Amino acid sequence: MTAIRLVDQDRPALIFTVDGVEVPAKQGDTLLTAMLTAGLGHVRTSEFGDGGRAGFCWMGACQDCWVVVVGKGVRRACTTLVETGIEVIRR
Amino acid sequence: MKVVVVGAGPAGIRAVEQLVRAGVFPTWIEEGPDGGGRITQRPPAEFSRSHAALYGADAGRAKRLHAALDSLKARVDWRPDTLVWNIRPDARVLHTLTNGAAQDEVSYDAVILCTGAMDRVLPLPGWTLPGATTLGGAQTALKSQGVGIGANPVLIGTGPLLWLTALQYAKAGAKPAAVLDTTDLLTKARFGGGMLWNIPTLLRGMGLYASLKLRGVKMYEDVTPLAIEGVDKVTAVHWRDAAWKEHVTPCDAVALGWGLKPEAQLADLAGVPFDYDDTQQNWVPRKDAAGRSPVAGVYLAGDGAGIGGVDVAELGGARAALALLADAKLPSDMALSKHLDGRLRTERRFRAALERAFPYPARLASRMEDSTSVCRCEVITAGELRAAAAAEAPELNRAKAFSRVGMGRCQGRLCGTPAAAVLARALAVEVPEVGRLRGQPPVKPVPLQQVG
Repeated sequence: MTAIRLVDQDRPALIFTVDGVEVPAKQGDTLLTAMLTAGLGHVRTSEFGDGGRAGFCWMGACQDCWVVVVGKGVRRACTTLVETGIEVIRR
Repeated sequence: MKVVVVGAGPAGIRAVEQLVRAGVFPTWIEEGPDGGGRITQRPPAEFSRSHAALYGADAGRAKRLHAALDSLKARVDWRPDTLVWNIRPDARVLHTLTNGAAQDEVSYDAVILCTGAMDRVLPLPGWTLPGATTLGGAQTALKSQGVGIGANPVLIGTGPLLWLTALQYAKAGAKPAAVLDTTDLLTKARFGGGMLWNIPTLLRGMGLYASLKLRGVKMYEDVTPLAIEGVDKVTAVHWRDAAWKEHVTPCDAVALGWGLKPEAQLADLAGVPFDYDDTQQNWVPRKDAAGRSPVAGVYLAGDGAGIGGVDVAELGGARAALALLADAKLPSDMALSKHLDGRLRTERRFRAALERAFPYPARLASRMEDSTSVCRCEVITAGELRAAAAAEAPELNRAKAFSRVGMGRCQGRLCGTPAAAVLARALAVEVPEVGRLRGQPPVKPVPLQQVG
């Protein structure tokens, strides 16, 4: 899944990492927005063998966008804002 | 007297406003970093779109709500980024988790639960593929992040949110590949008259439809969605039109939404009984017209107390606060209470017509193929649920124990409605007869070491 930046995108750029690789983002992005607009395609892999998942509800209800933020633990990508230098690990 | 308001959407804002007006300064708990709710959700601080650009016809409402929110936050014990994950009605205590880390207990004499709603979905083959979202999710992406779930999404479902989301995407520069409505025109026309109870909203709905037609967005009624196609991402939607002809529409994303269901888990844990609302096709927590639940000290307002929309949320929030004040023998505005009761009665008539005009397609859900995952959390198929029914699960909680449908990370939020339809048909009973999934604390996952 590739999310498309459409409006209100004139915001300062920043860099964070996903699985050790640098990923560009903008201030105010959630982790879900940043990862899906950067072309990562998915934010986690289903434990049940049916492939990648890229969230579903975008509002903190379905819990289908869990990622690990180093130092913070498991977080919902859709309700966590990106910060410079944070390290995200996909599971 | 210690009062807590949970939720800072339209209902919570209007509830706190009445409390503060009466000199009661509550603890106000909001799961998100800021209030505003969904319709009038605020983007993070870095975004700069105007109210008009963000909220369209709801811009005036958003401005008023946000102004009230900001002035009230400063006057009460405002606790954003805080999840209420359990309620103990006997001890009158809420368990909270702030910023995913700090645990607390908040006691109350009275609590107003304004916990909102989420999309109601119909599982389809392929609905777990990256690129499939809820309709509300597609809208949230655009409103709070300025992004689209795709450049050419297909939107599937029924109701005003289907048209509104499609138009918002078209205006933002995306090109919806198709808008597929599962409701036929006859049903919409038959119940449309009842929507005259709220003429501005009715006209707005018709305006949305007309604007989409003018923009050349392809819209189809009485559609049967068959499958979302793709390998590691959505690439097409397979569907059947009213004349039984099959189509494959290429797209890069899909949004799914058939109305809303209450996020009523806290009311459930508080011991509030639930009733099946035939019009809404939802289980809703019991309350009187003013928002009093049968559980002492627990009041309910907004979509979490039964889907009513944003007007009802504002009216109901204020009304519940006035009921709370009256019950506590505190001064409350009787004239306003009466006025709100009248407005709420009118809105209920409008809402009933709206729900009938855009029904949840329980028939489609009940007939989903055995191989379709009804539970996306743990990939459990409709066939496995039907096997549980055959193994003598007479209701949903037994079927959950047998099949694990409803036991996953979303705790039945997504599968609850379609699973009830599947189970009811398998058992040859009506949907309400299979019951509803009972809530369990925590209402959302919290770190293990935090549960004490």
